[in-house]
Amino acid sequence: MKPTEISNPDYFHKVVDCQWACPAHTPVPEYIRLIAAGRYSAAYMVNWQSNVFPGILGRTCDRPCEPACRRGRVEEGNVEIRKPVAHGEGSQPEPVAICRLKRVAADNKDDITALLPKAPTKSNGKRIACIGAGPASLTVARDLAPLGYSITLFESDPKAGGFMRTQVPRFRLPEAVIDEEVGFITGIGNIELRAGQRVESLKHILDQGYDAVVVGTGAPRGRDLEAPGRTEAAKHIHIGIDWLSSVSFGHITSIGKRVIVLGGGNTAMDCCRSAKRLGGEDVKVIVRSGYDEMKASPWEKEDAIEEGIPFLNYLVPKSFNHNNGQLVGMYFEKVAAVYDDKGRRSLKPTGEPDVYVECDDVLVAIGQENAFPWIERDIGLEFDQWGMPVVDQVTFQSTHPKVFFGGDAAFGPKNIIWAVAHGHECAVSIDKMLNQEELHDRPQPAVNVISQKMGIHEWSYDNDISATLRQKVPWQDQKLTLKNIKVEVELGFDAKTAYAETQRCLNCDVQTVFTPRLCIECDACVDICPMDCITFTPDAEETELRQQLTAPTLHPDQDLYISQPLRMTGRIMAKDEDVCLHCGLCAERCPTGAWDMQKYFIEMTHAGSGCRKPARRAA
Amino acid sequence: MTYLAKPKLHHPSLVKNQAGYTRRDYEGKISTLCAGCGHDSISASIIQACWELDIQPHRVAKLSGIGCSSKTPDYFLGNSHGFNTVHGRMPSVLTGANLANRELLYLGVSGDGDSASIGLGQFAHCIRRGVNMVYIVENNGVYGLTKGQFSATASKGSKSKRGVLNPDEPVDLVGMALLLKATFVARAFSGDKKQLVPLIKAAIQNPGPSFIDIISPCVAFNNHEGSTKSYDYVREHNSAVNRLDIIEGRDEITADYAPGEVINITQHDGSVLRMRKLAPDYDPTDRIKAMNYVQERAAEGEIVTGLLYLAPEAADLHQYLNTVDTPLNQLGASELCPGTAHLEAINASLR
Repeated sequence: MKPTEISNPDYFHKVVDCQWACPAHTPVPEYIRLIAAGRYSAAYMVNWQSNVFPGILGRTCDRPCEPACRRGRVEEGNVEIRKPVAHGEGSQPEPVAICRLKRVAADNKDDITALLPKAPTKSNGKRIACIGAGPASLTVARDLAPLGYSITLFESDPKAGGFMRTQVPRFRLPEAVIDEEVGFITGIGNIELRAGQRVESLKHILDQGYDAVVVGTGAPRGRDLEAPGRTEAAKHIHIGIDWLSSVSFGHITSIGKRVIVLGGGNTAMDCCRSAKRLGGEDVKVIVRSGYDEMKASPWEKEDAIEEGIPFLNYLVPKSFNHNNGQLVGMYFEKVAAVYDDKGRRSLKPTGEPDVYVECDDVLVAIGQENAFPWIERDIGLEFDQWGMPVVDQVTFQSTHPKVFFGGDAAFGPKNIIWAVAHGHECAVSIDKMLNQEELHDRPQPAVNVISQKMGIHEWSYDNDISATLRQKVPWQDQKLTLKNIKVEVELGFDAKTAYAETQRCLNCDVQTVFTPRLCIECDACVDICPMDCITFTPDAEETELRQQLTAPTLHPDQDLYISQPLRMTGRIMAKDEDVCLHCGLCAERCPTGAWDMQKYFIEMTHAGSGCRKPARRAA
Repeated sequence: MTYLAKPKLHHPSLVKNQAGYTRRDYEGKISTLCAGCGHDSISASIIQACWELDIQPHRVAKLSGIGCSSKTPDYFLGNSHGFNTVHGRMPSVLTGANLANRELLYLGVSGDGDSASIGLGQFAHCIRRGVNMVYIVENNGVYGLTKGQFSATASKGSKSKRGVLNPDEPVDLVGMALLLKATFVARAFSGDKKQLVPLIKAAIQNPGPSFIDIISPCVAFNNHEGSTKSYDYVREHNSAVNRLDIIEGRDEITADYAPGEVINITQHDGSVLRMRKLAPDYDPTDRIKAMNYVQERAAEGEIVTGLLYLAPEAADLHQYLNTVDTPLNQLGASELCPGTAHLEAINASLR
């Protein structure tokens, strides 16, 4: 096999599974160590730098990092350490509670305002319009305002925050958290928020001479359900995201006693739990698919179930039943999942009689769409056949050079962390464009790989491996939470629980770095490695090599770290990165320092001098 | 050494053997030897061999003397019986233990100082008497614990870390073991586990005194230029006469060999040693030739490794002494002390 090029920033980045999976590439192990050290403000700033909304994301993130977390793979095969539950099976293998630790940093930080950037007193004269003040636009503002750009945020709602403010219910995300983190951005200066001002024409904005325009208007249109009775009973049938938004702004404060929520995504979960708090006594979620196929994050489904909300699966809505416009119930057709020989699933009616469910209100949460009625089609901005703007995947530039798209507006509904990632890229593009640079020419991220060795057996990170299982987040008493929609359900970890959780992190960013010319092939690393990751073997092609490993390959998507041939025997060192604990014992047992534990820190390219070509200095 | 205990977490694919244990269950405490010590590889090989042979840890007694090598029984088979004896006296304590309970598997772990200097007499007599044991010498040619003086196995003319040349002839433990008719004699290198693990397995199965001289570089005091027991030197001068691939009875052999390349040796207990020849004319069942071959190659500067001798018919101390089959420690007072009448009868027979 070709020796691994560890100088390629991606190689070690991939080893840090959580960071690699995060769209904004937040340095997770780095801030987890800071939390363990009680340095909450520092942990917050590491987050803020990369994902802009640590307090919000620490409560609401879709957590792509957690399914990727190595801890889950490690616990998978170590049943002994897992708590015995019923029938002698161990508890489920669980990743580190990364998201909840992020919240710990946000909740316990000191006043960090002095650490935030400030806009320079003198603007650089460039004006940027951001349409929709959601996470994508706010990220653009945060990245560009400190560089001297003048930012104008146009927002149709009375306050900035977008989706985070309008659609995430207050019992998951208190308003104070949004106010604080939006405030950190607007506090930078040189950012003007025009709230309550809906933009009706992009042409009109462009005519005002902005140097660049960012469209971060989200996916604001909830999909409707066409079925008999829909128009007649319209008064008690609500579109989920619109209803949530009205609840957020206090326009809606009650709902009928019997509520049906249609849909299986996260919006449906927010709808049913909100309905439960606004007077819904009998709230049900009814979904076409099975429980496992429901799109909502597993923990959001569990939280709804915890609150006593039943899920009725495999029921397809057929019609609304009403008495002169007064909704009284809905008919559903029973279906079953049928798989064809290619394993594709389709839902086939079972032929059983239709199911009738009584209800007073229905919330339709079956998806949301983009809508750009306010963008003129004759200003040089192309749309594709599905009505989506044509946007460059790398630069986020539309076919109109001055117009950029970010967040859900760019490629359809995703989630906050993706919007943040898009925002960073839009900011880089704008900064390069307004410095007359090629937008596709994007510099590599800054990478720092540095030894953590402090003494013969001392490392500057805690390399002991904790056998603790995932800590459970305490919940506020349901008597309180189900009565008042503004009472936050999750209480967050206290300091002690947070510390225990931090210890589960395997410090995957502290890399095992191998220097072949120092190796004397004494096998000490092979003998000590608790996970049998290391093999010394004659070189071969990957498939064959994987057969020769000390322990078999379980996840071929995880890389092998391959060394140059060794001096004495010509064999190579092959390390399977899959379940490495980063305990550093290979380096402790290595007599020659051929193994070293080196911390890999990657700083993504953000707007500013880092994204541009080095400026020429006067001689 | 390391400050951390080895984490209990293990690779998800770790499997149990027929005795119901994983390889990790055969480990001991974490080693306190210097990082990179060859002895740690030998410990790992013993662990691997015992796991592969489905050995019950509580049926093993590991005995050692004094020295770096003799510390190692603490680092493997943490659930077996152990005895750290007086310097050089492992063989006599082991002989006693073996006489008292012939049913355990005896693992004698010693070093070049322990066996070739202070314990040379004990070593010789233990082999001579045919005690059924696996006698492992972790041979690094140097006194590591006292900072690197030459030991009795250091080659004449080899250089110490301080640059002094060794004026003395080395004790050849393999030669002595062959001379004194150990029933299994092998030499191996700690840096080649593929060769070492099958040798340990074969030695465990051999029902007589099995001796393995394992060259085990001392990274701290004997791994420099001019040493004849460094990783580099041993790799360069290693001349393996054969390789044991698999001990049959557990797995089918699937590899193809050229005719004449492989010989099968049926052992006392019916298991088969399959040996791949590397030196074409080497016959490990001919003791005299083996002695000559090892000496000839040594004179050429080569370190002969592999299975050097396997007695076609192995016997041990209990057979020579004609002891009862039941271990002595299981006999009751009436068997051990048959009474006055029997004594009188014996005395009468001698009058």
